[in-house]
Amino acid sequence: MKTRHGWLLVYAIFYLAFLYVPVAFLPLFSFNNSVFIAFPLSGFTTQWYAQMFADGAVQQALFNSLKVGAVAAVAATALGLPAAKALTRYRVPGGGAVLALANLSLFIPEIVLGISLLILLSVLGVPLSLWTVTLGHIVICAPFAITVLMSRMDGFDKNLEEASLDLGESGWMTFWRVTFPLALPGVISSLLLSFMVSFDDFLIAYFLAGNDATLPIYIWGQLRFPDKLPTVLALGALILVASAVLVVFAEWVRSHGLKDRHRMVGA
Amino acid sequence: MSGFLHIDRVTKRFGSVTAVDAVDLTIRRGEFFSLLGPSGCGKTTLLRMIAGFEYPDGGDIFVEDQRITDTPPNLRPSNMVFQSYAIFPHLNVFDNIAYGLRKERLARAELDRRVDEALAMIKLEGFGARRADELSGGQRQRVALARALIRRPKVLLLDEPLGALDKRLREAMQIELRQLQKSVGITFVFVTHDQEEALSMSDRVAVMSGGKVLQVAGPRELYEAPNCREVADFIGEINFFDGIVAARDGETAAIDAPPLGRIAANAAGAVGTKVLVALRPEKIAFGPQGVPGTVASAAYLGERSHYAVTVAGRTIAVAAQNIAKSAAQGPAPGDAVHLTWAPDAVVVLPAED
Repeated sequence: MKTRHGWLLVYAIFYLAFLYVPVAFLPLFSFNNSVFIAFPLSGFTTQWYAQMFADGAVQQALFNSLKVGAVAAVAATALGLPAAKALTRYRVPGGGAVLALANLSLFIPEIVLGISLLILLSVLGVPLSLWTVTLGHIVICAPFAITVLMSRMDGFDKNLEEASLDLGESGWMTFWRVTFPLALPGVISSLLLSFMVSFDDFLIAYFLAGNDATLPIYIWGQLRFPDKLPTVLALGALILVASAVLVVFAEWVRSHGLKDRHRMVGA
Repeated sequence: MSGFLHIDRVTKRFGSVTAVDAVDLTIRRGEFFSLLGPSGCGKTTLLRMIAGFEYPDGGDIFVEDQRITDTPPNLRPSNMVFQSYAIFPHLNVFDNIAYGLRKERLARAELDRRVDEALAMIKLEGFGARRADELSGGQRQRVALARALIRRPKVLLLDEPLGALDKRLREAMQIELRQLQKSVGITFVFVTHDQEEALSMSDRVAVMSGGKVLQVAGPRELYEAPNCREVADFIGEINFFDGIVAARDGETAAIDAPPLGRIAANAAGAVGTKVLVALRPEKIAFGPQGVPGTVASAAYLGERSHYAVTVAGRTIAVAAQNIAKSAAQGPAPGDAVHLTWAPDAVVVLPAED
């Protein structure tokens, strides 16, 4: 029993190391006083961070990514909400097929999706810009939004919406007085998840971006210049911290939402 | 189009299943009306069509001669108490009860007064700030009731509202609900599968089965004069015997109903007509004379005892009130007994093929 436990522990340590050691190099070398990524470490510095903050192009790329992510997240969630409501509340003819189609973009390789969108946009004569990137991101965020929102909507009694109608409210007001407040934890999760998907995306953005780079594209571009690498590491470390904060927050919202749901079912 | 709430040949199908099959009902103003039947009989579907949540495939619904079939639920003169109560979990008790008053645009003081009045009616004064999850099952049920009644509906629809409560609370709520209905004077349409609940609370009951209404009658008539085997069987215990009308003298027929022999009963039908004879267990008594049998088993249930009596190979259920305190008063298994009953206790139903 004891040895088995011991092996499990070793396995767990290896597993976690496999996942996190590569990531740990990022903050580690971002404070290293050398342009070369190599051991031994030569000394502590914050100059890469200072350099990064002084670099207008970084800030512009970061701002572009935030803009695209925010718009894509809001749009995907706003589109997902009525879809999730329809699929969980009504006997939609062919509902299963609709859901499968909506989620299909999860299974299409992004490179294929990127090329398709590029062809479509050039056929339509739409010039590439941050807007076309945003459009592409809405396409890849929508399945995530629908999935998260559907699981939330499945979690509460559909009688609650009927009760609202019964008490004299229209469908529209029922949505705002009952459905939306109860779906709110799901809406927040959907916003965060969509934002992360957009912020993280390289391939779609690479195909659809015009002259304005998003952050991943900017970072990719910087890798050609070895002396810029430590700045990229500093940037990566900051993104890592921001992501961790976001994930913790999303998890908190989710567990808070689950507790809420538990209350609704129980009692 | 007489009556207050009129259901005119209403039909509802779900795929190949006919949930409600050409139902006609006329419910009177101020009546406590129950829809009674086993699960899947269509009673809840019928209620949901009255509320507007399901659209009938055929037929029409009228309230006070006004056709409401196409009226959406938010514009109907009815309110509903859901089986799950559907208390809004994100609102406190006050906001739950006040939910349906938004469109009346009341002044704050008037709104407070109306909600306080409703809280007093359900005996939950001071509970306004409580969250939905801080309420017990019985309290949630009352809040659901107040939330529906505060809109002063013409009809209150109740979908098994007492089903989730334990027995003692349920019995207390039955009395309370009945009193409440009398005091507000609103027509109640009450769905239940519990026959005792339906009998004890209702002015009239519609017994449903397979999407059809079998009988509409007051509780006593339903129990004492069921119109078919299914109703007799669903409401309470009953013994059935196949019989044939053997002779007739005006209203009274002599019926051969083995193993009871030739019995007298009020029944229609010419000589030779096949009938179904039904006899409630508590209508049968042990007497000095009558149909001879042997007690097969006896069960003591407190205020009454149940006996299974074998008569010529058939088992007949007999129930007797335990009026005397002594155990020696009732027969024991193995005892030879004679069964007797009043002629008017016999219910004669049409025979089934």
